[in-house]
Amino acid sequence: MNRFAPQAFLRDFASRWDVLAFIVVIGLIAFLGETSRGLFAPLSQLEITPLSLDPSHLPEYAARTTFRMLAGLALSLVFTLTYATWAAKSERAGKLLVPILDILQSVPILGFISITVVFFMSLAPGRVLGAEFAAIFAIFTSQAWNMAFSFYQSLRTVPLELTEASESFRLSPWMRFWQLEVPFGMPALIWNMMMSMSGGWFFVVASESISVGSTTVALPGVGSYIALAIQQKNLSAIGWAIATMLVVILLYDQVLFRPLVAWVDRFRVEQEPGVRVPDSWALTMMRRSRLIQASTVAFHSAVLWTSRAVKRGDEPLVAAAAPKRRLDVLWVSLVVAAVVLGLWHIVWVLIKNTSPREALEVCGLATLTMLRVFVLIALASCVWVPVGVWVGMRPRAAQIVQPIAQFMAAFPANLLFPIAVYGIVSWKLNPDIFLSPLMILGTQWYILFNVIAGASAIPAEMRYVAANFRVTGWLWWRKVALPAILPFYVTGAITASGGSWNAAIVAELATWGDTRVKARGLGSYIAEATAAGDFHRIILGIGTMSLFVVVINRLFWRPLYYYAERKYRLT
Amino acid sequence: MNDSPLLQCNDVRKAFPKPDGAELLVLEGMNLELREGQIVGLLGRSGSGKSTLLRLIAGLAEPTAGQLRYMGRPIAGPAPGIAMVFQSFALFPWLTVFENVALGLEAQRMPRADIRKRSLAAIDLIGLDGFESAYPRELSGGMRQRVGFARALVVHPNILLMDEPFSALDVLTAETLRTDFLDLWAEGRMPIKGVILVTHNIEEAVLMCDRILVFGSNPGRILSEIKVPLTQPRNRLDPSFRELVERIYVEMTARPPGGSSAARQERFAGLGIGSVLPRVSSNLLAGLMETVAAPPFNGKADLPDIASDLQMEIDELFPVAETLQMLRFAELEGGDLKLTEDGLAFARSELDERKRIFTRHLLTYVPLAAHIRRVLDERASHSARKSRFVDELEDFMNEEAADQTLRAVVSWGRYAEAFAYDDDHAMFSLENPT
Repeated sequence: MNRFAPQAFLRDFASRWDVLAFIVVIGLIAFLGETSRGLFAPLSQLEITPLSLDPSHLPEYAARTTFRMLAGLALSLVFTLTYATWAAKSERAGKLLVPILDILQSVPILGFISITVVFFMSLAPGRVLGAEFAAIFAIFTSQAWNMAFSFYQSLRTVPLELTEASESFRLSPWMRFWQLEVPFGMPALIWNMMMSMSGGWFFVVASESISVGSTTVALPGVGSYIALAIQQKNLSAIGWAIATMLVVILLYDQVLFRPLVAWVDRFRVEQEPGVRVPDSWALTMMRRSRLIQASTVAFHSAVLWTSRAVKRGDEPLVAAAAPKRRLDVLWVSLVVAAVVLGLWHIVWVLIKNTSPREALEVCGLATLTMLRVFVLIALASCVWVPVGVWVGMRPRAAQIVQPIAQFMAAFPANLLFPIAVYGIVSWKLNPDIFLSPLMILGTQWYILFNVIAGASAIPAEMRYVAANFRVTGWLWWRKVALPAILPFYVTGAITASGGSWNAAIVAELATWGDTRVKARGLGSYIAEATAAGDFHRIILGIGTMSLFVVVINRLFWRPLYYYAERKYRLT
Repeated sequence: MNDSPLLQCNDVRKAFPKPDGAELLVLEGMNLELREGQIVGLLGRSGSGKSTLLRLIAGLAEPTAGQLRYMGRPIAGPAPGIAMVFQSFALFPWLTVFENVALGLEAQRMPRADIRKRSLAAIDLIGLDGFESAYPRELSGGMRQRVGFARALVVHPNILLMDEPFSALDVLTAETLRTDFLDLWAEGRMPIKGVILVTHNIEEAVLMCDRILVFGSNPGRILSEIKVPLTQPRNRLDPSFRELVERIYVEMTARPPGGSSAARQERFAGLGIGSVLPRVSSNLLAGLMETVAAPPFNGKADLPDIASDLQMEIDELFPVAETLQMLRFAELEGGDLKLTEDGLAFARSELDERKRIFTRHLLTYVPLAAHIRRVLDERASHSARKSRFVDELEDFMNEEAADQTLRAVVSWGRYAEAFAYDDDHAMFSLENPT
């Protein structure tokens, strides 16, 4: 009766998921401790322990790179929850905050680095922390805008009945935020987080080895490792770095995003039963493990506890409804003043330091880069649209190719640049042409996986109709496949185009040892200005690029998107 | 003490400002009283403002004029003693059944133990035992609405507001839920004192309510108040039940008194270019005319009969019947639908003849169609931009109504082949594609 049953005891004490979870949690803590230790070291520390191309250091470098990524992600999340909420809740603020977000989205991310690195270095003079800030900020800029936009959209589209229910049951605003608005926005937010993550890897690699004028920093990380490898023309080291990055991204996907995507599924409002829930071993572990369960319960209680602690405003509806004219006037005049001041400042700086001829020349360079982007998107489309349709029509193939395409999109293509540059240098190819493909190396995958998604969404009945009436060949492409995937394709092409503009800054000017290869364009202009620390030229270049991107989006992509959505979206 | 009403509405009026400074009137002259032990039904078609009134009572919106009082106190924001059940359930998909039910009590900062006790009691009462840890997505529609009921009841409201709570459910499930609710109500097991039920289902109203307020549209107003003297449980086949249903149909199809109500003008009566047209497909029009022309109706049908024959709710049937009336294919009075000469001729004819009859009526009785046709005839190009007509319509109605009206007239014009419309270029023309 009282026999000791070790197995039962063990089962009660800890499930095997608990063991797994324990290892992961402790591992994470150790990792955070390890990587943050160096933060407060003086900058000179970096020179005392220079980077080494020994592959045995790569795990540590990868850990540091990942840490930056996480920090950027956390920052973006905080920004999203505050900025987007403010923009959505205050009509007055929203009028300004939303367009600002839209413009920020169009500013090339590497441009942010060039401009801000000096500022961040001055925040923590002489410490590694400043450079870390700059790198983390670069990741932040590659994610925050997307995420904030998505959350803003979610806040604006909370189903009316849910809002009414929470009002009717008199939830306090604080409780409503955590119980209704955040959960509702979660699926879109996680999805955007994952998407912008791809950009994040690109820029974390680019931002670790920063040199603006005389300020040169190489933070320990995969990015710096590869920069050093380029400098030393070490091809095998580059191979090692690429392999490391593959592993890191795979882990990130499996440990962070797959569980998140699976978990967030419960927050979807469409309550269709029977829809397959995405699965993830990591999520299963978290669900099964009592350790982690306890911590989520704790979080939930914290939300409820704070809801109780925050005083509820029992104000009548009337007060909120009445617009305050005087405040409106004040707000508008403040905005106008800021705009006028900003405009005057920009014009003054530019006129004083650059000539109209230079501005014209920069516009010409921008046109060159634009030409490249469009030609490349067209070329990539010619390849990936047929492939994507072929794959998308075959569920088996789609299951295999789709994750690979997403993975390729996440992989920082700049790690592969040195190999291409090596080729261009060795065979003495024309850089104006042969550097260009690098711009689309990492972004073409967006076209592929969107087309696959579109092709697999074609209803079976529509395909049967085509088969039944023997619609084949070019007619089939023209009347069935291309219209059906158009909305998806446009979404992919927009992302690819945006990414290519960003990549231009890195792709149009590449180095291999002391050999520099340069393609004429706005990207190389900005890259050269950054290297020279020429602040005014950086501003001119980035301003022009932002302007081009905004105008192209407004005049070309956006109308195309609405047209495709209206006419070709299968519902 | 029990003589003072739970809820009182006095001369309530609700209007929304339009962009051009004028206002869109949705509710007018609402007077309503709810006393303890009553179920009051608000019956009307969509757009009659019944849901708007419910939201005013719930404190989710504010009246433009007039007063709402709950237990003698003016309503300003959601009151603690009023809870609501929603048409689409409005459950939080990320919360379990228990958490959904407990939400209202959490908001009241009740002690944990009490929340648990009361939530479980409500779940038990409404027949959800065993489903506490399920997520809404795992439940059928009927079970979800039960959660909606439990969530409302758990806060022990004095008044329960129900916004078409059964209309998103299938017929069988809806009937089960109604019966269960009425049983609980009759046995006094629910902590509520009065109920307001919004519905567009006439039988449901007669089945459940002690009093029914019949709403008219444009703007929403109370047409009449009907007492239901039947005892519970009620039988749908009972002659006095049928009689009440018939009487409500008559009320709802009655011509407005005096005929000159400015309100009526926006829809059909005194039809000008500026009247809002309903989107009713020509298939539905033809189908209803054929049904009424054929035996057993032979040209004249009782609306309740035809509604149950065709399995159509009044929300679906009335717009079709009224469109027939507008096109002078039928007369609608006293709860009957009677085809005119041309209506009968249409039902008997082949497609080409039908189109000829339809064209004649369309261009004679729908001024907007006639206007479009005239513009196209007069122009050398025989084409005109859509925006031109949109602008004209927006002098009379809001953007959404203008859009709906144009879509309706395009669909009828296409069927009649009176004019063509190209959506890509937003152009009206006289040419049909060859």
